[in-house]
Amino acid sequence: MDLELMINSFPKLLSAAVITLKLLSVSLIIGLFIGLFFAILRLNKNIFINRFAYGYSYVFRGTPLLVQIFIIYFGLGQIEYLRSTVLWVILREPYWCAIIAFALNTGAYTSEILRSAFQTIKPGIIEAGQSLGISNKIIFYKIQIPIAIRQSLPAYGNEIILMMKGTSLASTVTIMDLTGVAKYIISTTFKPIEVFIVAGSIYLFMTFVIHNVIKFLEKKYSFN
Amino acid sequence: MELLAFGDTGWGDELFYATLMTIAVSITAMIIGFTFAAIFTPLKLSKNKLLNFIANSYTTVIRGVPELLVIYLFFFGGTGAVMYVASIFGYNEYIEINAFITGAFAIGIISGAYSTEVFRGAVQSIDKGQFEAANVLGLSKFGKFFKIILPQTLRLAIPNLSNVWQITLKDTSLISVTGLVEIMRQSYIAAGSTRDPLFFYSFAAVLYLLLTFVSMKLINRLEVKYSRGY
Repeated sequence: MDLELMINSFPKLLSAAVITLKLLSVSLIIGLFIGLFFAILRLNKNIFINRFAYGYSYVFRGTPLLVQIFIIYFGLGQIEYLRSTVLWVILREPYWCAIIAFALNTGAYTSEILRSAFQTIKPGIIEAGQSLGISNKIIFYKIQIPIAIRQSLPAYGNEIILMMKGTSLASTVTIMDLTGVAKYIISTTFKPIEVFIVAGSIYLFMTFVIHNVIKFLEKKYSFN
Repeated sequence: MELLAFGDTGWGDELFYATLMTIAVSITAMIIGFTFAAIFTPLKLSKNKLLNFIANSYTTVIRGVPELLVIYLFFFGGTGAVMYVASIFGYNEYIEINAFITGAFAIGIISGAYSTEVFRGAVQSIDKGQFEAANVLGLSKFGKFFKIILPQTLRLAIPNLSNVWQITLKDTSLISVTGLVEIMRQSYIAAGSTRDPLFFYSFAAVLYLLLTFVSMKLINRLEVKYSRGY
């Protein structure tokens, strides 16, 4: 055990963890909107819209996140037309490519979580709203969405943790996040175990915090 | 399409063998994972606090740390660890471990943590009466386990194990960082030499979709088989 290396690498890894958290939070926020959008499409009765939303979530859940990042980072740059548009300002940055891939990926999972939450809402609740003369729009925003969010909290908590682990793939497109820095230190010092312990503990700590925040929210918004 | 031709002119045969490699690594990792689950599930269910703690730390650490970091640990640390063990037995030459073994082991340990949780959940949801009935019938410990508990555990575990299989299959793409030529690595090579990453990575995505689709169909059949009588 090389304690000195562990102590020296701790601040470096900690500042890299900030990048991990940034990647995570930005992609989760975008992903939540994508997920909500596609969950609503999934509830649509039009078969084409329904199929389209299902296809989106099937493709993004059925392929590895690494492939998705590589298609966006290496693949899209190949299209000449894209290079001449404004989008290129975003797509040439590995940081934004990673965020787009993460957001689309987590969006697919989130849409499934929210869809099943919407479907488990008892019809009686909606009928109760209708019989009180509340408009459908308000029923949706004030009744269905809050209940669905509460229902999906446990599953969404898992998704946040999975996504946090997913952000480690950003290191494959040159972003120096927690895993990227850990790999750099390992490959320069050849002390994998020490670095793994430090980097792993930081990840575990983040998992622990996320887990408890979700637990707290679950309790706060529980029905009883 | 000519990029996918078999033979020297295209990448068809290379990608085909890479797909077989992905399947081989996934199955090996899954088997290693089951071995780990077979060890850690009893520890999780045991009443001994220490054994519980060991099993819980295994599943918590592995499920809380990114797969890529675990793979780097094995990739950079595997050789050192094996050489250290070998040196205890008096063997001091350089040993190089095959990328397949390192990769399958790393993914196997990850998959084992998920499988352990699945099996624990399955055993715990078996009705208590089943255990009591087995005792009343005077079955031996082995008979109780293999004839009563295991078949029911499998029935309950298969739907969740199919999720573990999907996760494992997708995780094997990460082994490409160690240089093992599976779908992802082969696409990387092909994309590099033809300067057509969009095509090859999209094709890799199609291959993964195909694998998940076919395996889901097969697992569904298994599920039907094991839920006979319900």
